[in-house]
Amino acid sequence: MKNWLETVESFVYESRIKVPYTWSVGEVGSRFLIELRDHKKIYGTRCPKCNRVYLPPKKTCGQCFSNLHEWVEVGPQGTLITYTLVHYESSVMPMKPPFAYGIILLDKASTGLVHLLDEVKFEDIKTGMKVEAVFKDERTGDIMDIRYFRPIRQ
Amino acid sequence: MEKIAIIGIGMTKQERRKETETFSDMVFEAVTKALNDAEITIQDIDNIVTGCNDFWDGRTISSMAVGDASGAWDKNISCVEGDGTFVALYGLTRILSGSYRTTLVTAHSKGSESISSLITNAMFDPIYTRPLGLDAITSSALQARRYMDRYGVTEEQCAKVSVKNHKNAKNNPFAQLSMDISVDDVLKSRILASPIKLLDASPISDGACAIILANEKAVRRFSKHPVWIKGVGCCADAYHLGDRDLSESKSLEKAAKTAYQMAGISSPIKEIDVAELYDAFTYQELMWTEGLGFCNKGDGGKLLEKGETEMDGSIPVNPSGGCLSAHAVTTAGLIRIAEATLQVRGDAGKRQIPGAETALAHGINGPCGQSHCVWIVGK
Repeated sequence: MKNWLETVESFVYESRIKVPYTWSVGEVGSRFLIELRDHKKIYGTRCPKCNRVYLPPKKTCGQCFSNLHEWVEVGPQGTLITYTLVHYESSVMPMKPPFAYGIILLDKASTGLVHLLDEVKFEDIKTGMKVEAVFKDERTGDIMDIRYFRPIRQ
Repeated sequence: MEKIAIIGIGMTKQERRKETETFSDMVFEAVTKALNDAEITIQDIDNIVTGCNDFWDGRTISSMAVGDASGAWDKNISCVEGDGTFVALYGLTRILSGSYRTTLVTAHSKGSESISSLITNAMFDPIYTRPLGLDAITSSALQARRYMDRYGVTEEQCAKVSVKNHKNAKNNPFAQLSMDISVDDVLKSRILASPIKLLDASPISDGACAIILANEKAVRRFSKHPVWIKGVGCCADAYHLGDRDLSESKSLEKAAKTAYQMAGISSPIKEIDVAELYDAFTYQELMWTEGLGFCNKGDGGKLLEKGETEMDGSIPVNPSGGCLSAHAVTTAGLIRIAEATLQVRGDAGKRQIPGAETALAHGINGPCGQSHCVWIVGK
């Protein structure tokens, strides 16, 4: 009798993992997102020990292991630390390629924020350039209430 | 540290798509090979630690999918969600606890079964970063740009890593992408996310690996070719990309320092004969050689251009072809340890570095090398 391994057809089961989920953002996250939604303001929290201003805000400084209670309004202008031009497509991406991501150090913040860059010619994007946040008109309390960052026009 | 050795290793060939094999099939192959290599049976294994990731596996308690294939029936089995180097570290500490003589460590992954961008997007914070659609490639591109801008590392230097590792892979029957390519081929390959191009990135792979750890008493009883664990170091940096300076790997520096101290190494480039590093992207190999102290910060490209990391250099890096030539996620770090073990035994075939006595294996976990684990193994 012929060995069944030589004749068996390989069968692939197609399915998906998809689970609706709700994440509590905590008290710090709530204040951050509500300020963004209601006042188009970006807030970080300052560590009383190392003075670092965290954006997105944190409740605890990982370096000093201290509680953060002081709120600091940061941006909406800042400096581009690094960037990339994306040329491939993925269904998780909010834009069709080509588009750009950057890490932005907002004025008065000590940590960088990853976000989209737009209203800019790709060849003009340079590390160190000054950028500013552009907000959505209809905001819902979401990091995407900031539509993107664009170069500051002189 | 009590003396503990690697007494057996086994791995599958890494391939783009192992359509006919389940996770369990791959792990069974790797475990069987490791047991044969150690010349022991599953009855000689006291406990098992598996490595896998629930998102990549598309199921929770993903370790249990490979329990039978790891011979875990009636045994103590635990799981690490992370790279194989961290899985092996847990296996090592279980022996150090005094409760076990031998640990079987496995890792498996099938990148082919899902969509990598969707899975790696899920490693980011769901509130602040995930909605941006960031994934492993785009986040690494942000790191690459920052690193290259700060130190003037060029795309040509990165391309040379791809040329070297794909060439090395020709000597490795377990690698997936072995080829002769030129710097120009890399530079002209499709841009994924600047400055990362297709040939700067590791491929999607399926594969499994297993290693067997044993204490000194068990080594005396079982092993003909023990490779001793001389030092291990592990360190994590901040999770949020913006909280770190992505141009350097402080956590790797600390992990390396710990491992070197344990192993009594003061001059890594002189005392280590060969290194297997987690080069998910070309720029990473350059950054990691800096973090490991093989050269000064920003000089990773120069080290490579001097030929020091080539097969005949003073510190050959990735004779196996590295992750650029085969990258089964979570499995890749365990493969680095298995490759380092083969090098010390003199069993690495065509990819053998002649006379290698001390080898380094390295793995990463988290976005942009957030955590690093460094292993030093030797005779």
